[in-house]
Amino acid sequence: MPQDHDIAVVGGGLLGSAIAFGLAREGQRVVVLDEGDVAKRASRGNFALVWVQSKGLGMPAYTGWTINSTQAWPQLEAELKERTGLDVCLEQTGGFSICLSEREMEQRRDVLRRIHAQEGVAKYDVALLDRREVEKMLPGIGPDVVGGSYCPLDGHVNALRLFRAFHVANQRLGIDYKPDHRVGAIDFERGRFRLQTSQGEIEAGKIVLAAGNANAQLAPMVGLSAPMQFNCRGQIVVTERLQRFMRYPIGTLRQTDEGTVMIGDSYEDSTDDRGINTAINSVMLDRAQRTFPFLANVNVVRSWSCLRVMTQDGFPIYDQSESCPGAFIACCHSGVTLAAVHAYTLAPMIARGALDLQQTGVFSAQRFHVQKAA
Amino acid sequence: MFKRLPDTQGAAVAVTIDGEPFNAREGDSVAAALLAAGRSYCRETPVTGAKRAPYCMMGVCFDCLVTVDGIGNRQGCLTRVEDGMRIETQHGKREARA
Repeated sequence: MPQDHDIAVVGGGLLGSAIAFGLAREGQRVVVLDEGDVAKRASRGNFALVWVQSKGLGMPAYTGWTINSTQAWPQLEAELKERTGLDVCLEQTGGFSICLSEREMEQRRDVLRRIHAQEGVAKYDVALLDRREVEKMLPGIGPDVVGGSYCPLDGHVNALRLFRAFHVANQRLGIDYKPDHRVGAIDFERGRFRLQTSQGEIEAGKIVLAAGNANAQLAPMVGLSAPMQFNCRGQIVVTERLQRFMRYPIGTLRQTDEGTVMIGDSYEDSTDDRGINTAINSVMLDRAQRTFPFLANVNVVRSWSCLRVMTQDGFPIYDQSESCPGAFIACCHSGVTLAAVHAYTLAPMIARGALDLQQTGVFSAQRFHVQKAA
Repeated sequence: MFKRLPDTQGAAVAVTIDGEPFNAREGDSVAAALLAAGRSYCRETPVTGAKRAPYCMMGVCFDCLVTVDGIGNRQGCLTRVEDGMRIETQHGKREARA
């Protein structure tokens, strides 16, 4: 028995939830088809930064898209709080990238120079600070810290609570959330989509593929493509709760609203999210202790690995199908940072039935098909 | 609430609990000493401030976290009492610098 939905969102992680939220705000009747707790879930393993600095080298439009989202984030936080009572603890204090040698400082300077030298890149403040200036803002840093870059647009949230807040808000918006509905096949006939799930068929007039790395398999079913890396594993280590000592997050080290310290940002060629590589943890922890030496006396309580959702060039994909009108796709790594722009900018386009190519055209997967596009 | 068994052996070990002198027994864990001293709770949780007392007594539940000799989040049930030890109820998060 087909149910009456305007649109089916495939994927119930942060990306799918943010888009579903935005669609429901536009009055769409939305069903979210989620794989369930067995899913490889980047939304549960991420580092929770709302981050600008370092992003967009190679695609200046990504810098602007990211800044748009960080600027819309306070509205998202306020709206989620109003709808759910949940505080996602957004802190946009500005954030650091820390350098532990002169060489790292030089590399940092070079990356920032290259990002800002790009034609058409959105301008934003980022300052290279020497050790003394960093220490004023991050007291307790160790002697190995040479300096760092500070960007006032950067910040962080409680990403697990964000995930929950979206689900609570979406339920209250009347979104039909269906867990354990893994989508195996999608048919398009007479302007309607029929999605074969592990618990029967779902029909909708439009669909959004927001299934993370699984988008690679789903996209060709509706005339789209999503070239993903698959093997981009990261690890995170979490300490016990400490009294607040960091006023600003660092890209690899941050203190959460509830006091734990998260240490992360490894990259490893692996598709297995079930174990951890202790050698990688030891490098991360060594760098963390060189940044804040007193962390040597702090207990670790958890560590995990998680697979990033990473397209082949690392930049988002937003696309609409020509052969199956009404089919949309979204793939991105930074589901936390981009949550606000997904909810408030991307979802309304999808609700209207067409992407605004002025804003999203550059993110089309056509960029991976140079011969075809040319 | 808790009483020592009548055949308990062991010499007295002088500790302080929140500054008050208390005679624990040799071999006591900090958690056992707190229960013997009649403490109904040993910490307030960092997020909600709920009171917690030693529960599993075998290193699993982490509910007996206390500050011992100035260092927070010590598992009371896995720490033996020593002469002169300063045991303190922990209020919320552990100190950030040890």
